[in-house]
Amino acid sequence: MEDVLKIGGKEIKSRFFVGTGKFPDKAVVRDVLEASAAEVVTVAVRRVDPDSSDENILDHIPERCVLMTNTSGARDAAEAVRIARLAKAAGCGDWIKIEVINDNKYLLPDNKETIKAIEILAEEGFTVLPYMNPDLVDARRMVDAGAAAVMPLGSPIGSNRGFRTEEIVRIMVDEIKVPVIVDAGIGAPSEAARCMEIGADAVLVNTALSAAADPVKMAEAFSKAVEAGRSAYLAGIPERIEEASASSPLTGFLR
Amino acid sequence: MDTGFYKAYKKYDNASRAIFENIRPRDVARAISSRRLSTKDLVALLSTDAEPHLEEMARKARDITLRNFGKAVQLYTPLYVSNYCSNECVYCGFNSSGDVERKTLSLDEVREEAEFIASTGLKHVLLLTGGCRVEASVSYLKDCVKVLKEYFSSVSIEIYALEEDEYTALIDEGVDGLTIYQETYDEEVYGKVHLSGRKRDFRFRLDAPERAGIRGMRTINLGVLLGLAHWRRDVFMLALHAEYMQDKFPSAEISVSVPRIKPNAEGFAPKYAVTDANVVQMVLALRLFLPRLGVTLSTREDADFRENMLPLGITRMSAGSTTAVGGHTAADSNAAQFEISDKRDVREIMDMLSSKGYQPVLKDWVG
Amino acid sequence: MTLKINGKEEILEKEMTLTGLIKDKGLNGRNIVIECNLEIVPRQTWGKVDVKDGDSIEIISFTGGG
Repeated sequence: MEDVLKIGGKEIKSRFFVGTGKFPDKAVVRDVLEASAAEVVTVAVRRVDPDSSDENILDHIPERCVLMTNTSGARDAAEAVRIARLAKAAGCGDWIKIEVINDNKYLLPDNKETIKAIEILAEEGFTVLPYMNPDLVDARRMVDAGAAAVMPLGSPIGSNRGFRTEEIVRIMVDEIKVPVIVDAGIGAPSEAARCMEIGADAVLVNTALSAAADPVKMAEAFSKAVEAGRSAYLAGIPERIEEASASSPLTGFLR
Repeated sequence: MDTGFYKAYKKYDNASRAIFENIRPRDVARAISSRRLSTKDLVALLSTDAEPHLEEMARKARDITLRNFGKAVQLYTPLYVSNYCSNECVYCGFNSSGDVERKTLSLDEVREEAEFIASTGLKHVLLLTGGCRVEASVSYLKDCVKVLKEYFSSVSIEIYALEEDEYTALIDEGVDGLTIYQETYDEEVYGKVHLSGRKRDFRFRLDAPERAGIRGMRTINLGVLLGLAHWRRDVFMLALHAEYMQDKFPSAEISVSVPRIKPNAEGFAPKYAVTDANVVQMVLALRLFLPRLGVTLSTREDADFRENMLPLGITRMSAGSTTAVGGHTAADSNAAQFEISDKRDVREIMDMLSSKGYQPVLKDWVG
Repeated sequence: MTLKINGKEEILEKEMTLTGLIKDKGLNGRNIVIECNLEIVPRQTWGKVDVKDGDSIEIISFTGGG
């Protein structure tokens, strides 16, 4: 049976999601997406600056990709909703990554405002993927509010500190019925593989690519790591067992 | 329309026959070594292929139980207040067509029973009735609960399936637990063993735990009566039902019972034999599949078996049980619903648990 | 007339529609959204909507983002 990820009625083959921010040269984005075969790609909205000759990022994203607009810059639910509606009006589909941040020091997301935004946008028919602080109860609230997936952070945005939230994300993977996608903080392919090994459904990476000396090569590496981790998860990693051999058999009474 | 657990049930109902045939020995090994078990792993552990691996499963089950519950076993006792019944369940001693003496306790008698049970130190009581909505009406049960709440911190009910509002009415009086067995998840067999009465409605009973959960029931105990149908398929569905309830009601405590049919006044003989090894296997499979599931073992099982089962995943036991109406205090006991095997009183059970290094829990929350 | 475009005050010498404004700014209009006084203006109506004195207009498009 083919292993596909289903989100909002779409079937996604690649479990490696790519963010397109902070690349020094926009043209490299296409090469990154080709090298990694990524299908889900995040973009952001911003005011047009007629004085700058900035190219349109959409020109560098292959047709086959699913665009997911990030609401970055939103400080509360209302702003996130406004950005989502703008993205839809621009003809970029209805996949929205809700990112609400009002803490400028650590850039950690505001789960409460995020939940409010999910309620509104899911009701309007958006496919909503909230970026969140890992938390089981909040994740459940997000699913109840209509989230199509949840995206807990691995460590603070752009920190490249790796998968520090493993214990909580593992619980979320076990308990949450919608896809769990690790977003933010993943700095190296081995960390992405680890996310996948414990059962995360996908990994979203941006800074680790855009800040690499060779983003295209790095994208390839991540893509392989995500696949390897997924295969390991599907193969069933044997549990570590405390080899405390019972002094007497526990089922001896049956004989 | 197929909603609630019935939707999941339907998906597997037809498949579950075939699903057991596709198990290979390596599936069992994989299931035992997995951290998080899939539905297929569950099938593997319930299959005949898992039978040579019980000791391995037992070690893992013991570790999981220790991790999730420690060495604590919660004790309760059943309190039968009425044995009138309008259902014809062929396996039951209180069957409406049966020729047993019928009785419903007065509230004074309920108080006497409560006083006696409370004197043993128990703080959890399970209130039971037959399936007669007239003799043991919801308003009568509310009155019973009022009396019981004076003596017990936790009152659970094991009665006929209720409507949502009726569950709320009892919860408002202080009921915090519901025990309701589907008896068998084989819809066809279900129809054959429930000849008449409201209990014939398979769906209404199947959805009862969910109705209680929606209204905030704190603990919900599901179960199958072993011997009515193929146990492997019944326990498979029971596990899926428990998983469904855990997922839908994360704040509720979900537990299961797997009682074997015991001889009763009706002299009903179980159609399918279920051995000790079978019971061990299903409890282990349940524990491995749902690590935080409560597992209740009643006094239907004998003393030795209950003690041997302790480390394998049992979290709740009855003690000082009687299945006759007013049986805790009545000198000449009337008919019992079924025969008790472990006849030890509460003190003896507590001593046994302590001697095995377990802590008997009489009351597990402030209430 | 004076209006705000992307947060900056600007003075327009002549009347124009939103389509005119986009052209005036040298934009090609692809993947652009126009928000006038916080309301999204549907693309089909750009040619019929005149900009008015005091309007607050946002012209938005896409950029790279995580």
